[in-house]
Amino acid sequence: MKALVAVKRVIDYNVKVRVKADGTGVETANVKMSMNPFDEIAVEEAVRLKEAGVVTEIVAVSAGVQACQETLRTALAIGADRAILVETDAELQPLAVAKLLKALCEKESPQLVILGKQAIDDDANQTGQMLAALLGWPQATFASKVKVEDGKATVTREVDGGLETIALKLPAVVTTDLRLNEPRYVTLPNIMKAKKKSLENLKPDALGVDVKPRLATLKVVEPPKRKAGVKVPDAKALVEKLRNEAKVI
Amino acid sequence: MNTAEETQILDAIGKWLERDVRPKARELEKKDEYPEQMVEQMKAFGLFGATIPQEYGGLGLSSATYAKIVAQISEVWMSLTGIFNSHLIMAAAVARYGTRAQKEKFLPRFASGEVRGGLALTEPDCGTDLQAIRTRAVKQGGHYVVNGTKTWISNGIKGSCFALLVKTDPEAKPRHKGMTMFLAEKGPGFRVSKKLEKLGYKGIDSAELIFEDFRIPAENLVGGEEGKGFHHAIGGLELGRINVAARGVGVANAALKDAVAYSQVRKTFGKPICEHQAIQLKLGEMATRCEAARLLVENAARAYDAGERCDMEAGMAKYFASEAALENSIEAVRIHGGYGYSTEFNVERYYRDAPLMCIGEGTNEMQRIIIARQLIARNPA
Ligand SMILES: Cc1cc2nc3c(=O)[nH]c(=O)nc-3n(C[C@H](O)[C@H](O)[C@H](O)COP(=O)(O)OP(=O)(O)OC[C@H]3O[C@@H](n4cnc5c(N)ncnc54)[C@H](O)[C@@H]3O)c2cc1C
Repeated sequence: MKALVAVKRVIDYNVKVRVKADGTGVETANVKMSMNPFDEIAVEEAVRLKEAGVVTEIVAVSAGVQACQETLRTALAIGADRAILVETDAELQPLAVAKLLKALCEKESPQLVILGKQAIDDDANQTGQMLAALLGWPQATFASKVKVEDGKATVTREVDGGLETIALKLPAVVTTDLRLNEPRYVTLPNIMKAKKKSLENLKPDALGVDVKPRLATLKVVEPPKRKAGVKVPDAKALVEKLRNEAKVI
Repeated sequence: MNTAEETQILDAIGKWLERDVRPKARELEKKDEYPEQMVEQMKAFGLFGATIPQEYGGLGLSSATYAKIVAQISEVWMSLTGIFNSHLIMAAAVARYGTRAQKEKFLPRFASGEVRGGLALTEPDCGTDLQAIRTRAVKQGGHYVVNGTKTWISNGIKGSCFALLVKTDPEAKPRHKGMTMFLAEKGPGFRVSKKLEKLGYKGIDSAELIFEDFRIPAENLVGGEEGKGFHHAIGGLELGRINVAARGVGVANAALKDAVAYSQVRKTFGKPICEHQAIQLKLGEMATRCEAARLLVENAARAYDAGERCDMEAGMAKYFASEAALENSIEAVRIHGGYGYSTEFNVERYYRDAPLMCIGEGTNEMQRIIIARQLIARNPA
């Protein structure tokens, strides 16, 4: 069984993001980039399914600028078998990525597509859902446990009220939540081995997908600075402030 | 190795350092406890084979990339790098000077970390003056019988194989012609007499080793020929010095980073101390030392990787970077005030760890002498 895993190159989670002076976006020049952490969990899950003998081949895919190759190399070093980059300098929005992934699914016919539930840059939380809709496949988002057996997947989802377990027919789309697994370390020997794995380069045109943005960004601004808090001498003063100033009790 | 790959390697190690090393280093160091779990992780990372050629199961990294790894790890806990540093110098001696059979027998086991060890050169009576060693090996049939004492041997307790420098001909003139290097695997007649207690560089074992009628098969004589041992030992020193210099860069950086962070949160007289000029002067000097030390290491590593003579460059890097670590660590202690003297903070550890880099792998007195001699040799009047 083949699994397709989508990975996105994002600003590293340790970086303090700065808004560009002209408000058109955030500063990305000379900023450390990494694989979106939820996507790392997705790759790890696919590798575990392969180690368990469920998945036989893992194809990692990414869409974006040429440097996304580095992100794919990381996926290969974690354990993906081969990689495909859909290379474009265009600004990619979730719908465009979902369309590209749909085209790749038609080309590759995976039984399982695993994606991060969202990317930590735009936090859209849309691509997996849109992909499932475009393909007409079942979806299980926010997965915290995935079991694949006899042509179906049983997925435990993190929902507002707690956990929900659902069964899906394959092929299906799964998006990962934080607690699904803890990704392994990429080791140096595996980084060296990843160099020898195949990395295919495609253009959106070759997949017949128009990636033109549908949404326009009007302005990007820093979140408002939080005002310093105040110390209250005792509980009585706290209650007094909550009642009369904050008016919440 | 392209830069993308190097970044990938440093990223991978950086993640491990933040997740598994930084949170545990202080406690292990306080107890002087060997970091077993981290050693297992370093094995999986391939660090014990970092500079061993790929054909023997290593990663075959350049010394430039390797130095960056060493600096990065040293920034979090310098001791960890000692566990694979001298191990890799031993491996380099085999890779450079060993026979084909020795390479096949030892290098793959060194690379996987299955067999780990280090260098056994120093003796109780001599370190700098290596040619004065007294450990003796006498040939008896297919074996050599070794008697003597080695001290300060890193990995002496946890390691099982050492590049052992001995005299096979104590009467030889010049003295180095009577020196020979063996690969000594622990066995009857080879024992650890004691663990050495030390100021810093905790966690890693430093030991005194005693050889009493210890028999080494002749096939373990590096290169198969007596009288080349001094040459073999000296041949590893350039890489060794780049290593130690890289550790200095790591510790100097750690001290700087802690000082930069602390000086922004500690307030006196109504403002953060980083706004007082006296502290700014320190930070300015510390940052400049870090940068200069890093560039010296890069320069020496580049020369080493290009196969150029680099004893002067490696000596400069080792001397400057280790002094930078020592100076930055005491400045970081001062910037932290009373807290700098507390074991609750890391800066006192940097201050205890730094002097080792000024002493090991050729003292800094010797480095300056080497630099001066090369200066004269390269610039005859
Ligand atoms: C923690 C630690 C780990 C070590 N690990 C190892 C190891 O794994 N393997 C190993 O073989 N050794 C190891 N060593 C030993 C180390 O390499 C030696 O301590 C070092 O080379 C200095 O030798 P020494 O201690 O004999 O000092 P000495 O040679 O006695 O030097 C004493 C002083 O005299 C100075 N001096 C000596 N000769 C001259 C000269 N000609 N001109 C000017 N000044 C001079 C020195 O610079 C120094 O200041 C380790 C040491 C330490 C502290």
